[in-house]
Amino acid sequence: MKFTQEFRDAGLVHGVMAELRRTITRPWVLMEICGGQTHAIMRYGLDQLLPPEIELVHGPGCPVCVTALELVDKALAIASQPGVIFTSYGDMLRVPGSGRDLFSVRAAGGDVRVVYSPLDAVKIAQQNPDKQVVFFAIGFETTAPANAMSVLQAQALGLTNFSILAAHVCVPPAMHAILGSPHNRVQGFLLAGHVCTVMGYWEYLALAEQYQVPMAVTGFEPLDIAQGILQTVRMLERGEVAVENAYPRLVTRAGNLPAQQVIHQVFQTCDRKWRGIGLIPMSGWGLRPAFDDFNAEKHYAVEAIQPEESPLCIAGLVLQGLKKPPDCSAFGTRCTPEKPLGATMVSSEGACAAYYRYKRMEETAHGD
Amino acid sequence: MCLAVPGKIIEIFERSGLQMGKIDFGGVYREACLAYVPEAKLGDYTVIHVGFALNLLSEAEALETLTMLKEIADINEDLGHEVPQAGEA
Repeated sequence: MKFTQEFRDAGLVHGVMAELRRTITRPWVLMEICGGQTHAIMRYGLDQLLPPEIELVHGPGCPVCVTALELVDKALAIASQPGVIFTSYGDMLRVPGSGRDLFSVRAAGGDVRVVYSPLDAVKIAQQNPDKQVVFFAIGFETTAPANAMSVLQAQALGLTNFSILAAHVCVPPAMHAILGSPHNRVQGFLLAGHVCTVMGYWEYLALAEQYQVPMAVTGFEPLDIAQGILQTVRMLERGEVAVENAYPRLVTRAGNLPAQQVIHQVFQTCDRKWRGIGLIPMSGWGLRPAFDDFNAEKHYAVEAIQPEESPLCIAGLVLQGLKKPPDCSAFGTRCTPEKPLGATMVSSEGACAAYYRYKRMEETAHGD
Repeated sequence: MCLAVPGKIIEIFERSGLQMGKIDFGGVYREACLAYVPEAKLGDYTVIHVGFALNLLSEAEALETLTMLKEIADINEDLGHEVPQAGEA
């Protein structure tokens, strides 16, 4: 068992699709929360194998896409300061701020470095005691345990030159925002498998019941996604509302308790602006006051930034599942992965980048 | 961003007070932090995200899922739906 090839078996995927065609009696709109799943769906052509009754809309689960423009601008301001080594996951470097990105800061002489893990940023701080090392701590619940551990590790090592710019966002409040919107069309959810690996799925039960929407915890291989869709559609067809686990080889109901413990030790819930969507109350995690020494926002005066978004970009509507990327007049012409107007065209998880890369160019009938 | 890759734990050691491991991703090796899977043993499979193990993979659960999906595929084949031969997608 390698836990990869087994879940890419074309015969089994087609079998699940046949079962889906046999089960489905009417149109259903499902949302996959996670941008990683959006890309997997297109990479494996699952959208083209699905029965026509199923419409998949793509959710806001792309941290690079939803990190607030104000925070990106703060990152740009901090990274531009002398004596600072600014560290980030690679995807953030091309994300447009108000007029420029981290690549252009680096081109102008800023010390901007890509790290694979937040522990690499801690190591850079150890190796550069005369520099201030700032880590751009973006991500959903999946990434929070790693980012939180970097703070605890810097503290344990007695580092005074390491801080993070915390930009964490959480999935359930975003689902509340989507389901509570008068424009909502989503009838069932594929829950983000790796978010649930950390947090479990118990907290989604209340959400499912409140909005009467079934959900299935879903993994990332083609067979996982086919199974998640089948389980959700079966619930919809039976009129059931529940949260099922279609990724049990990794996800448990309670999640990873040691990881949750560290998250809550380091972070506390806070209001958070989501790029393109707006403020969602209590939808993020920021550092607890006990960790002010490691809070980049306390070290750098970056309050008075006036962010400016491209007037052409419809990323916010795409992130809420209200528009599809080809509905945008700039898609694939004035906005491409090389010259993105919005963050959804940048990331390896952004819906616009997925449509561009896998050439899903046609406008949808559900544009409004 | 939430991309996470399965791999096999082939070494466990401690560094700066953190439990770490060497992970075999099908012939590519990389270190990862095992702090969140304190029960990990050599030979266990885990899923790594930004250098951290998110959880251990359960072979029993994986086999159960595959058996269930195989049954679904077989039923549809019996019913005459078109199901291509098994093989990699």
